[in-house]
Amino acid sequence: MGRAALRSALLLLLLLLRAERLQGSELTFELPDNAKQCFHEEVEQGVKFSLDYQVITGGHYDVDCYVEDPVGNIIYKETKKQYDSFTYQAEVKGVYQFCFSNEFSTFSHKTVYFDFQVGDEPPILPDMGNKVTALTQMESACVTIHEALKTVIDSQTHYRLREAQDRARAEDLNSRVSYWSVGETIALFVVSFSQVLLLKSFFTEKRPVNRAIRS
Amino acid sequence: MAGVVGRGLPAMGRPALLLLVMCAAGAQGLYFHIGETEKRCFIEEIPDETMVIGNYRTQMWDKQKEVFLPSTPGLGMHVEVKDPDGKVVLSRQYGSEGRFTFTSHTPGEHQICLHSNSTRMALFAGGKLRVHLDIQVGEHANNYPEIAAKDKLTELQLRARQLLDQVEQIQKEQDYQRYREERFRLTSESTNQRVLWWSIAQTVILILTGIWQMRHLKSFFEAKKLV
Repeated sequence: MGRAALRSALLLLLLLLRAERLQGSELTFELPDNAKQCFHEEVEQGVKFSLDYQVITGGHYDVDCYVEDPVGNIIYKETKKQYDSFTYQAEVKGVYQFCFSNEFSTFSHKTVYFDFQVGDEPPILPDMGNKVTALTQMESACVTIHEALKTVIDSQTHYRLREAQDRARAEDLNSRVSYWSVGETIALFVVSFSQVLLLKSFFTEKRPVNRAIRS
Repeated sequence: MAGVVGRGLPAMGRPALLLLVMCAAGAQGLYFHIGETEKRCFIEEIPDETMVIGNYRTQMWDKQKEVFLPSTPGLGMHVEVKDPDGKVVLSRQYGSEGRFTFTSHTPGEHQICLHSNSTRMALFAGGKLRVHLDIQVGEHANNYPEIAAKDKLTELQLRARQLLDQVEQIQKEQDYQRYREERFRLTSESTNQRVLWWSIAQTVILILTGIWQMRHLKSFFEAKKLV
């Protein structure tokens, strides 16, 4: 009984150590101007993680980003990037932090999308992970289709983000055309009236001066 | 994993052990810091009839110990979800640990906002909260072990079900893409129209203003006997 309990405790410990869970986080958030927002995640040693980010709306569609490891080293730093992808194998176990900064911008707030994936995808049933026998043809076909569909979903996400960016620009252009057209028409009226008034004022002021000089 | 462990334990011990493993590994995930009255909003652009599940956990900063307390009862988070038209879909107060779910009925950008409205925090000046957040959309929100248990599916059937869910998500996303493209096209055509009409209007106004200026000045100079 004692040996069985010890064995199960040891297996539990092994389980916890091997726990390479996927903690995939995909978020879109708004970054106000002159602001910095940081996100943190715990990563085990030796686990590969990847960070994809893209600016969807705002200003020149660029953002600063840096990734810091638990020790404090900056393992990735880029300024004014529109989109990028960064993969890294964690050397140190601990909390990794990645920050997005809009501190260089004075009045445009940005919408940033990021996708932070840690490790591999876990199987959908907990006991699928350690199959002793090889997969059957059906199962490996399912796995292949699953991977292919994941690629499709990823490219759909990429396409949706690009389209959101273009649509934001198009809507911005649409409203800007209206405002500037109205503004230019008003400016046109103001300028033409003031031209006429100014010319008239040149010719009305001179006459009393001339008369004063002559007499 | 569970198959190997099961040999060392009686049958009823195995699910308990699994539960323990899952709890021990913890719903850690991604976390960020939020101020007292600060509101954090996240945007999810999703097609319609898509389920979104959000899990969060909050920890409060203890100023004396300079560490985050593991769990603080009495902390509340207010979750507000707005649909693309600005209408509030969900507006509820949850405890320090919570799970919120909503299903979209219109495609587009949904906004999920979280803010703490705990009055206790007002006592701790400069207090901050650590919020662990996990938002799963569509197919990722499905709990496969639960589905397998409920419908009594074999492993292969479960894999097929996962593939079906993924394909359904792809179809919904494509329908949404078609809707978005139509909106984009309407915006572009509207811009095109506006540019065209405003250019014509401005040219006409320019010519008319020029004519008016010349006539007005001519009559002015004729009155002054300079012409």
